[in-house]
Amino acid sequence: MENIEQRVKKIVAEQLGVPETDVKIESSFVNDLGADSLDTVELVMALEEEFECEIPDEEAEKITTVQQAIDYVSAHLSK
Amino acid sequence: MYSRIAGTGSYLPAKTLTNQDLAQKVETSDEWIVSRTGIRERRLAAADETTSDLAFKAVERALAAAGKTVEDIDLLIVATTTPDSVFPSTACILQDKLGVHGFPAFDVQAVCSGFIYALATADKFVQTGAAKCAVVVGAEKLSNIVDWNDRGTCILFGDGAGAVVLTASEEPGILQTRLRADGRYRSILKADARLQGGEISGNPYIYMEGNAVFKFAVRALADIAVETLAAAGLEKSDIDWLVPHQANLRIIESTAKHLHLSMDQVIVTVDRHGNTSAASIPLALDEGIRSGKIQRGQTLMLEGIGGGFAWGSALIRY
Repeated sequence: MENIEQRVKKIVAEQLGVPETDVKIESSFVNDLGADSLDTVELVMALEEEFECEIPDEEAEKITTVQQAIDYVSAHLSK
Repeated sequence: MYSRIAGTGSYLPAKTLTNQDLAQKVETSDEWIVSRTGIRERRLAAADETTSDLAFKAVERALAAAGKTVEDIDLLIVATTTPDSVFPSTACILQDKLGVHGFPAFDVQAVCSGFIYALATADKFVQTGAAKCAVVVGAEKLSNIVDWNDRGTCILFGDGAGAVVLTASEEPGILQTRLRADGRYRSILKADARLQGGEISGNPYIYMEGNAVFKFAVRALADIAVETLAAAGLEKSDIDWLVPHQANLRIIESTAKHLHLSMDQVIVTVDRHGNTSAASIPLALDEGIRSGKIQRGQTLMLEGIGGGFAWGSALIRY
């Protein structure tokens, strides 16, 4: 089983159409990986599907980097 | 008894509004609009052209394609969010313009899913023997309710009409329809104006929370497609053509992906029509048929979603 960081990075790379090697822990979806607002919505949806959780819109807005995505998923999977 | 699509027709008003034209009115660009929506241009009805005028031309063409005349019609349903007037219904106005009367005519208001709601309703009439030649129209003059100063929404919408003639048949036909609504989401997409004491109160223009709508739409369309296929005992791979509501190319691409369809199996008109709400599905269907892409015997999945939220699907053997 891959760890959360690897799974999140893989999803980010797939959704944003960038090589996985470009996806760093500190990468910002919009500023570093060229995402627009709809890309970030699709990314959140992909994270919800992968980790079988629901990310409310107000929480989703705060997820702008790979680190924040990992943090959110980690916090909500352990519950 | 099944209802079968005997013919389709559509009409687009003459005036084209390109992204370049819009960029001169509001702070936007062709690149921005195309990358987020896939829309390059849209059509606008003339000032004196009403929703029933657009509908009339689409119906004339659909009847001709079906080899029927106005005398054959025994049910008329118009799906629209932009009726000619508060009342009478656009369907009654259209009936008068068609020069026939007596049979039931009414409007259906389910915004962008209106055509699916109207089609599903007509299908029940035909299945039960209550109608033998139903005309179902989606027609909109959305330019009436677009705020041309709001760059977030004015880029999205267009005017137009599409119609289908449904006839009773022993052979399918419409295989399955599914209708859904969830009023809890009514505030993310709306034009909440109302007439009150001779004045308009509330917002007479389209208001949309784009990201929330996008998320809801993608998920709801994927789920209802799966349900509809299951009810018909078919698989995703049985779909020859997806004929989706044309709101946004990104939603269409995401829906196709969920259905494991390539974009070569999707009828796309949003690039030239924009979002024409209830008119978009019959416009796309007519274009797919007249271009020769959609052939008799093929299996079509029609899907629409919009304000309400209301959404629906129709699985059809053409």
